[in-house]
Amino acid sequence: MSVRVGVVVFPGTNCEHDTVAALERAGASAALVWHTAESLEGFDAVVLPGGFAHGDYLRPGAIARFSPVMGAVARFAAAGGPVIGICNGFQVLTEAGLLPGALVKNRGLRFVCMPVDVRVESGSSALTAGVAPGTVLRIPVNHFSGSYVCDDRTLRDLWDWGGVVLRYVENPNGSVDDIAGVANAEGNVVGLMPHPERASDTLLGSVDGLVLLRALVATAAGVRAA
Amino acid sequence: MRFSARVEVRLRKGIADPEGATIERALPALGFDDVRDVRAGRAFRFELEAPDEEAARRRAEQLAARLLANPVIEDTEVELRTTPLPGADG
Repeated sequence: MSVRVGVVVFPGTNCEHDTVAALERAGASAALVWHTAESLEGFDAVVLPGGFAHGDYLRPGAIARFSPVMGAVARFAAAGGPVIGICNGFQVLTEAGLLPGALVKNRGLRFVCMPVDVRVESGSSALTAGVAPGTVLRIPVNHFSGSYVCDDRTLRDLWDWGGVVLRYVENPNGSVDDIAGVANAEGNVVGLMPHPERASDTLLGSVDGLVLLRALVATAAGVRAA
Repeated sequence: MRFSARVEVRLRKGIADPEGATIERALPALGFDDVRDVRAGRAFRFELEAPDEEAARRRAEQLAARLLANPVIEDTEVELRTTPLPGADG
């Protein structure tokens, strides 16, 4: 049976169908999970896709953190299950305290929407397992609040535990240390601002996002087998 | 007792504030070239019931820390009154 991925949908999420399609292309079966769900049973991995959960009111991710599904996401993560947050999903994971740091308005108040090159820094996270560090992937970004910040100690910790997963080759938003994606100490929770699902078909200009999604599918298969 | 609360949320020192910086850059064009250190933030007003001012403050600070601000990047300041705040309806 193929790996089953739950794609969480909040009111205002808008990348869920693209994410499901890209995950299927990466070899998984994927299903939408409404934010009121209190269980993630039967899933091998969970993805929080992009969009504007709860309208991004207050701060991106601030209200989504209180959706019932987030309790299930926290338990799933604590049990070692792979959890990925893409763009708005990354913002939700930081607000929920499942990833360190925060995402603030871009440098210069500039909305960025373009393909960018990101370099894989750590090949040990759920999203980059088996991907050689140094690999450069071309994946689109599309955000206003994507500038990653954290205090100096957290930044040192991130580097120490291999939590700096992806870095921009050219920093589009002012993120500290050009960070595009981070992982928790265990490596099973990963957030990234670029949208891998938007780089999953030659028609979209790049298939580099599949490198990450396939790594996720392989990680989830390994967790299930363990 | 009924209290009126005002919570100001602002970016912590050391966190870049592109909104404040952009406003500050625009000011000389309007003749406000004597203004410095503009910081953008936001404010929330609400009413709450509490036995005394200390309890009201504690409650408002909890709300500020749990939801209104993200402590990783923001600081808050709580202001309490027993009478409606200026500009509040009713």
